[in-house]
Amino acid sequence: MHGPLIESLIRQGISRRTFSKYCATLASMMALPPLSGQAMAQALAATPAPAKRPSVIWLPFQECTGCTESITRSHSPTLEQLIFNSVSLDYQETLMAAAGHQAEEALHAAIKVNEGKYLLIVDGSIPLGLDGAYSCIGGRSNLDTLKEVAKGAAAIIAMGSCAAYGGLPRAKPNPTGAVSVSDIIKDKPIVNIPGCPPIPVVMTGVLAHFLTFGTLPELDKKGRPKSFYGETIHDRCYRRPFYDQGKFAKTFDDEGARNGWCLFELGCKGPVTYNSCATVKWNAGTSWPVESGHGCLGCSEPDFWDAGGFYQALSMPARPIGTVATALGVGATVGVGVSLMNRAKKSAARSGHETTSLADLEKQK
Amino acid sequence: MSATLEKGVRVLKEVIDAPIASYFSSCVHCGLCAQACLFYTETGDPKYTPIHKLEPMRRLYEQEYTVMGRIKKLLGLSMPVTDAELGQWQELVYNSCTLCGRCSAVCPAGNDIVYMVRKMREGMSASGNAPAGIKDAAKRTVTIGSPMGVKLPAVKAQMKHVEKDFGIPIPMDVEGAEYMVLLSSMEIMNFPEYLGAIAKIMKHAGKTWTLCSTAFEATNAGIQIGNSDIAKVIVSRIVEGAERLKVKTVISPECGHAYTALRWEGANLIGRPFTFKVQHIIEVLGEFQELSLLKTEGFEKDRLTFHDPCQLARRGGVIQPQRNLMNMVSKDFVEMPDAGYMNWCCGGGGGASAIEEGEELRLQAFKVKKAQFETVKPDRIVTACANCRIVLEEGLEHYQMDLPVVGLTEMVADHLVEKGAQ
Amino acid sequence: MNDLQLLTWVRGPCLNISIVIFVAGIFWRLFEVYSLGRKKDLSTPRQLAGASGWHTIMRRMLPAEGLLKKAPITYIGGGIFHVGLAVVVFLFAPHIKLIQSLVAVSWPALPSQFVDLAAIVTLAAMLVLLADRIKNPIKRFLSTFEDWFTWGLTFMPLLTGWLAARHLLLPYTTMLSLHIFLVELLLVFLPFTKLFHSFTVFGSRWFNGTANGHKGVAV
Repeated sequence: MHGPLIESLIRQGISRRTFSKYCATLASMMALPPLSGQAMAQALAATPAPAKRPSVIWLPFQECTGCTESITRSHSPTLEQLIFNSVSLDYQETLMAAAGHQAEEALHAAIKVNEGKYLLIVDGSIPLGLDGAYSCIGGRSNLDTLKEVAKGAAAIIAMGSCAAYGGLPRAKPNPTGAVSVSDIIKDKPIVNIPGCPPIPVVMTGVLAHFLTFGTLPELDKKGRPKSFYGETIHDRCYRRPFYDQGKFAKTFDDEGARNGWCLFELGCKGPVTYNSCATVKWNAGTSWPVESGHGCLGCSEPDFWDAGGFYQALSMPARPIGTVATALGVGATVGVGVSLMNRAKKSAARSGHETTSLADLEKQK
Repeated sequence: MSATLEKGVRVLKEVIDAPIASYFSSCVHCGLCAQACLFYTETGDPKYTPIHKLEPMRRLYEQEYTVMGRIKKLLGLSMPVTDAELGQWQELVYNSCTLCGRCSAVCPAGNDIVYMVRKMREGMSASGNAPAGIKDAAKRTVTIGSPMGVKLPAVKAQMKHVEKDFGIPIPMDVEGAEYMVLLSSMEIMNFPEYLGAIAKIMKHAGKTWTLCSTAFEATNAGIQIGNSDIAKVIVSRIVEGAERLKVKTVISPECGHAYTALRWEGANLIGRPFTFKVQHIIEVLGEFQELSLLKTEGFEKDRLTFHDPCQLARRGGVIQPQRNLMNMVSKDFVEMPDAGYMNWCCGGGGGASAIEEGEELRLQAFKVKKAQFETVKPDRIVTACANCRIVLEEGLEHYQMDLPVVGLTEMVADHLVEKGAQ
Repeated sequence: MNDLQLLTWVRGPCLNISIVIFVAGIFWRLFEVYSLGRKKDLSTPRQLAGASGWHTIMRRMLPAEGLLKKAPITYIGGGIFHVGLAVVVFLFAPHIKLIQSLVAVSWPALPSQFVDLAAIVTLAAMLVLLADRIKNPIKRFLSTFEDWFTWGLTFMPLLTGWLAARHLLLPYTTMLSLHIFLVELLLVFLPFTKLFHSFTVFGSRWFNGTANGHKGVAV
């Protein structure tokens, strides 16, 4: 393999071998066929000069910047930057040097020059309340910006649970009227990469797929790449044998917790959450929430903020049942009412008793 | 006034109580009650399932006493009980039920089904749907004094015969006697030896006793028909007589439902506790045996078995005394399978034997008794209920089994030594 | 509505409504049944040790004398069903958590593999009982729509719960929603069908036991 990218990597001390291995790893994580690793390596290696690299626009909306933080905390910065060296990241507020009007001009230039071909990455939800005034950049609402920039995009990546499903702002009572990208844009291919934040390699895997094959990977019903969101946490969790045996931690520091038992009773939403945390893990495979002793929050699922408390087990009510007392009262009232009616009826029957004499054993002819 | 559906329904509404409501709510249609009922086991016809006998009353209960039932009735989802339906149910509530109580003994939900049949009969009789045979018996009991039409002169005649045969005087209307003895028509007419046996026993045990001229009949056809008003009339005579003669204990004879009527239903019929004790003759004999008042000699020579009358044993609580008495006079006493608490009914109690049209069914049901006898192969059957005796004899004759049936009281009396006990 | 939102609804408002109907229904029906009262028995009682309402409550859990050989399926199938259902409902850790959240009482759970086994055995027993209800002439004669309906009401939560725990048939989130919903249906209908026997058998056995204990007969 040759090319400007390979030369650049070698200068930074990364051999061709390491580069190939990285691509092979990425391909296998996405469950692509064996030779895809090579194809990916060659495609990336053959990346043309900056001016001809695919354009990527990154729009941050009503977000906490956690997704950007996550993606930059990656396995080894050099390899992540590799991806950014394969694309032309023409607009990214946190990472770009420009600011203010200059930044806005860069954005407009990019979408004009690459019309129909650029990849749009969005993180954060889009507020609709007060005509979108809750989140504006340069005086323009996110809603308007999204609609404008989406027009010329080849595809959109909704990065993080906010962009994918509305996220935290959308949690009840949703004061800003937050919605997801797919609630607004209906005519472009959208990949949802949920997670709060998402796992970095998921992001890079999708990008690599796009760069190699020019298409987006296979998606599930919620628009998530199946290769990363095809299994539940529960089905890949290393503590699953304890679940199966019924060994549960009951508090965060009891003996069960110290023994690494299942966290179901402490509210783990693993069984209903699709993501790769259990296999890929975080911080270069260091650990993940359950391994650290905290139940899965279900952060890659839509509306996970409103799915019952984080510490309420799945078998517990999603909302507190304060109505049992009312039920008792209602039942007792109905019961007493019925009892009174019954007793009245019975004593009426008793007082209406006509003593049966022998003649009364015969029916009227 | 005559019987009407309206009266029947009102009576049913009156008798339905918390137990009945609980029983209907607990039935899960498991069918075990049928497996305990000889009318089902010997015919295989599921319509004889005990809980099914109560279906009209169940529907009435639901429609009258439950909110959901009332709503169902309003919406036309539950049909009201009709006179025709009660007429249809006559066979189930009377012909094929002797109030033997085996169903109540087996229901896993704890339902006392026989209690419910008894109550259902209140409604059946008040609406005119009781069988003719028992109605006639009830009429005779109330107007003449006994279901078989036995009047005082006939009783007095039997008294004379017995006095002559046994050489012991038979007292009547003796005030202050310890025991007042009742008889059943069956005994007066068919088994007068019973009266003689009583006389012998009382003399032997040194107890004072008397008959009562206004209350010699124990059989209560009112109970059999299931009508408390009529049953009360009959019981009241006994109460009046016992209180007038100031006796300590009234003895119920070898009869099943007579015991139930007086001992268990009596006080509730008249609305106040009795001022005297009530005991079945077997209870009295058992008590005498415990107190060593009975000195016997010799033993019966043949193989004997005992048929427990339902109303005495399972429904009456007298299960062990008869066995102690049997062992006193027999060295070859064998128990039938299911003897005692779970004994199979003879098939003729509760007024059933008075229902002519039910005879075929009774003879079919008798097969279970036949099987019991064939298992132990006794030479004779001993029992303590005159109705059981008749019904067993009829069944044995039908199946051509040469097996005499005798009464326990007579058998005990036969073995008493001539001199009285201390 | 997506699968997680359905689950949240089923665990949330739907659960609230069904528990209200369940609790209110039980109180209403208990009053309805037992308010009719019982007349005092004025006849002289006979005492016998071992003959009382309490004794009958316990004794009726066992087959009646001589009847086991006549109706083995009813007794054995029924016994396995009741015990198995109790094990699954009350000894499975997630269920204990639910009960704890409602009435603040909890107890140790059985290892989940045993509960799984109990579920399978109970499902099998229920199928056998269904077949018997169809084949046995007495049961067939007695059975009404309510008998079949309540069988289904009881079978489906058990089946769907087991399928969910085993991750079979439908994706877990949806299977769990279905299971919880079917449990709620069961709760809602329980006080108003023969399933209410789960509460009234104690009263029935008590009445039978005391009435016969009065006569000195241990039933």
